[in-house]
Amino acid sequence: MNAFGIFLTLAVFCAFSEIYKRKRAFYLNPVLLSILLIVLLLKAFDIGYGKYMDSAKILSFLLGPAVVSLAVPLYKQKDIIRTYLREIALGIVFGGTIAILTAFYTAKLLGASEDVLLSIAPKSITTAIAIGVSEKIGGIPALTAVLVILTGVLGNAAGVEILNFVGIRDRVARGLAMGVSSHGLGTARIILDDELSGAVSGLAMALNGIFTSLVLPYLLKIL
Amino acid sequence: MYKGLAIIFGFLFIGEELTAIFHLSIPGNVLGMILLTTALLLGAVKLEDVEKEAEFLVRNMSVMFIPPGVGVVLYLNLIKSQAVPIFTALLISFIITIITTAKLVEVLRR
Repeated sequence: MNAFGIFLTLAVFCAFSEIYKRKRAFYLNPVLLSILLIVLLLKAFDIGYGKYMDSAKILSFLLGPAVVSLAVPLYKQKDIIRTYLREIALGIVFGGTIAILTAFYTAKLLGASEDVLLSIAPKSITTAIAIGVSEKIGGIPALTAVLVILTGVLGNAAGVEILNFVGIRDRVARGLAMGVSSHGLGTARIILDDELSGAVSGLAMALNGIFTSLVLPYLLKIL
Repeated sequence: MYKGLAIIFGFLFIGEELTAIFHLSIPGNVLGMILLTTALLLGAVKLEDVEKEAEFLVRNMSVMFIPPGVGVVLYLNLIKSQAVPIFTALLISFIITIITTAKLVEVLRR
């Protein structure tokens, strides 16, 4: 094993995280910028993805235990789930399904190929779960990862403005819509406005990940 | 620390094994998460036994997306040739999802 990939990933992410700490702008998202810079570097120096992944795969392996660990924040929010059970359950079933259908059919109408459709379908759930779902349903996990992050950046950048524009004031509704539509990056934005909205958004993100991974394989059979 | 990690990796392992044995369409790590949540709710696993390790992994999840994301390097031509459907779908789906979900929950809350 060659340490090149893991070193490059940690160094680049560390640098972009420092920049993001100084200026918290959505376009400075450290994950997205790290991916772009590493892709550019691999291209520029003609280094294969295999050589990069040789040691970088240690980091992505940790997504497995990290997803299992989402059980802890989920468990700690159990009182909020109990209080808003009906809103959360219906909101996730509705929002999770709408997110899949609108993405799938828009891309299909515009002529996207089968592998792209399968990669785009899980784009609203948290990256770690989306990568696994994409793999299971025959999509391209790498493409899904990037589309998920772009969706998150969109939510982080414009989600609150859209909610204000259509006049949504209810804190539970705002949090749930953010979590379902733009997962962790949406949650990171709405939590700055309101703690309850942030907690509901984080919950919606985790639960939509579970909902989508359970439902999507069956939903695809009838689409 | 080892107790917490052993529990987390144990649930990951059980989740992976069960999805493989029963050919489940859910990823093994998601099943592991569901089982660990259930174990916490039933009191079979104590929160303080896994809390620190789990929160460390969750807090540092961002860096773990980078290597799979860099995999797009293999699909740049595919993305270029289908840029319009891909990015239009992302934008339209996001706007419809956030507005309709917020409206639905707002109505439910009245």
